[in-house]
Amino acid sequence: MLRAAGFGSLAAAAAAVLAACGESPADTQAEAPASAAGPTMVQVTPPDGPISGTILVDGSSTVGPISQAVAEEFQKQFSDVRVPVGVSGTGGGFKKFCAEETDISDASRFIKSGEAAVCDEHGIGYIELPVAIDGIAVVVNQQNDWIGDSITTDELRKLWAPESEGQVMNWSQVREGLPNEPLLLYGPGTDSGTYDYFTKAINGEEGASRGDFTPSEDDNVLVQGVSGDAGAVGFFGIAYYEQNAEVLKALQVDGGAGPVFPTTENILSGKYAPLSRVIFIYVSTVAAERPEVQTFVEFYLKNAANLVGDVGYVPLPAEMYDLALQRFTTRKTGTVSALDGVTDTPNSVLQAWKAGA
Amino acid sequence: MSAQADAVPAANVWRPSQARRRWSGWLFYGLAVVSTLMGLVMLGALLFDIFTDGVREVDWHFLSNYPSRIADNAGLRSALLGSLWMLAFTAIIAFPLGVGAAIYLEEYAPDNWLTRFIQLNIANLAGVPSIVYGLLGLGLFVRWLELGRVVLAGSMTMALLILPLIIVASREAIRAVPDSLREGSYALGATRWQMVRQTVLPSAAGGILTGTILALARAIGETAPLITIGALTYVAFDPNGPLDIFTVLPIQIFNWVSLPQKEFHSLAAGGIVVLLVVLLTANSLAVYLRYRMQRRLQ
Repeated sequence: MLRAAGFGSLAAAAAAVLAACGESPADTQAEAPASAAGPTMVQVTPPDGPISGTILVDGSSTVGPISQAVAEEFQKQFSDVRVPVGVSGTGGGFKKFCAEETDISDASRFIKSGEAAVCDEHGIGYIELPVAIDGIAVVVNQQNDWIGDSITTDELRKLWAPESEGQVMNWSQVREGLPNEPLLLYGPGTDSGTYDYFTKAINGEEGASRGDFTPSEDDNVLVQGVSGDAGAVGFFGIAYYEQNAEVLKALQVDGGAGPVFPTTENILSGKYAPLSRVIFIYVSTVAAERPEVQTFVEFYLKNAANLVGDVGYVPLPAEMYDLALQRFTTRKTGTVSALDGVTDTPNSVLQAWKAGA
Repeated sequence: MSAQADAVPAANVWRPSQARRRWSGWLFYGLAVVSTLMGLVMLGALLFDIFTDGVREVDWHFLSNYPSRIADNAGLRSALLGSLWMLAFTAIIAFPLGVGAAIYLEEYAPDNWLTRFIQLNIANLAGVPSIVYGLLGLGLFVRWLELGRVVLAGSMTMALLILPLIIVASREAIRAVPDSLREGSYALGATRWQMVRQTVLPSAAGGILTGTILALARAIGETAPLITIGALTYVAFDPNGPLDIFTVLPIQIFNWVSLPQKEFHSLAAGGIVVLLVVLLTANSLAVYLRYRMQRRLQ
């Protein structure tokens, strides 16, 4: 009897939910502007009259939140354009992008030469546009008082090098004078651009690292892992550190020029090296012919500075957004990473552009 | 019992130890109760955890708004509609195919090695991991049929996934119909099809519907195959029909859980509450239908 009554009330509740969804969309649209008290956006004007259509964006889960934020604001202004954003990872995104299945690809690293070759094969040109800077935080447990406040890149290499697998298992092996505490490593999964970037920056080769660490594609799992073990150390995007600063301890990283904490200023100025990087969108030259894509990209570059902070990233210097828009309007294709010595720091990219890349 | 044992002391072959037997009886009873409670406590803990986190997120605003970077403005309208669209088409595709196959296997198929081979494989298919169906859907519906990453491709993949469940449940229901009813039908001059349509199906309808609804409830909670066929993560518009791109509730929940900001984790809990309500509604509908059909039969 009790059971029957329970089911009955659940059914009633669900019926209410379903009925609610059937209501006309006009009601909700009328309500939307009142509740959306977001910042004012820089307006853009479509090249020839009203625009409509669907712009497919897919790729990195790091860049995804930025594209989603831009898409959200863009669709408020241009309600006839639909901008869905997928999250397939940087590599997965490029696969679809070069097969002409998407218009814009989110990427937390430069396009690889193998991926670029597939694009060439399908006759897809790509315009590389930086949209923000992401810092990678190195974090330890709050009970870890032996490491001090900073760690050098050499020590990080000792922690993560492929040769350390099964060898470096104790904090005492990382630095002279550290206690004999067991070491527990946490990091993003091998499919993520963050993992690719960290291994390149620390171990010198993309994807080269020890295999005996606990990987997770979900950074919140890493946060929980590091905050739960006294001997734990891990790395992930600073947005995840900032949201969990009360349970984690981020280390200053010493890349040779003294220890630097991953603050917004240090990341923007390039002092937090080598663990900060530019993240990108790639626009297909085929899609760039469409007026709605042109308008969206212009909106993206003009409003990114406003929006990236909301989702936990650091905006690029204003000059770079202007230059990026210039590159888009002149349809400058290719990647600056093809040049020798260009890295994914804002300065390096800027200099490569100025040198005519 | 004990009086008898006292009366015949010589019977040392059979010496019942009342205390031990009672004790072991109680022990087994206790174990069975603990096993039952274990499941209930786990479910209770899960529901409590989700509801304390999520239930205050669920309101009209949450159901009617699109996802947003600002947690206060975010809702799951597009995901809920996507899930309902997908569910409707999954039912339209899977129900006739599943019930048709069950009728054939139970009422028409000769009992030979081929039939047994088919039956064995249907049972095996029910145990194939869902990600495999996702890859099949990607290759078959998205790429080969060139449907693209649309609602219909998702529905067809889900239909494949739940088809074995529907067939197995429907066969059980059809088999439970007593042969006397079939023979009665024949005696009145019915053809085989008339017998199936007018006697077997009405009697088995309760069981068939229950099985179908439980299978659909599984489909609405699946994520892996839909991620594989390319359902999107951020969608801020209503799907226009079966050939439109879409997202679903489990993907929206997954997306919110993986964001760094805590407010979105509460939204994810709210999303789970909505998903649970949809699921429990489906299940209670199944219970109600079975009850009604059985009463009518009696």
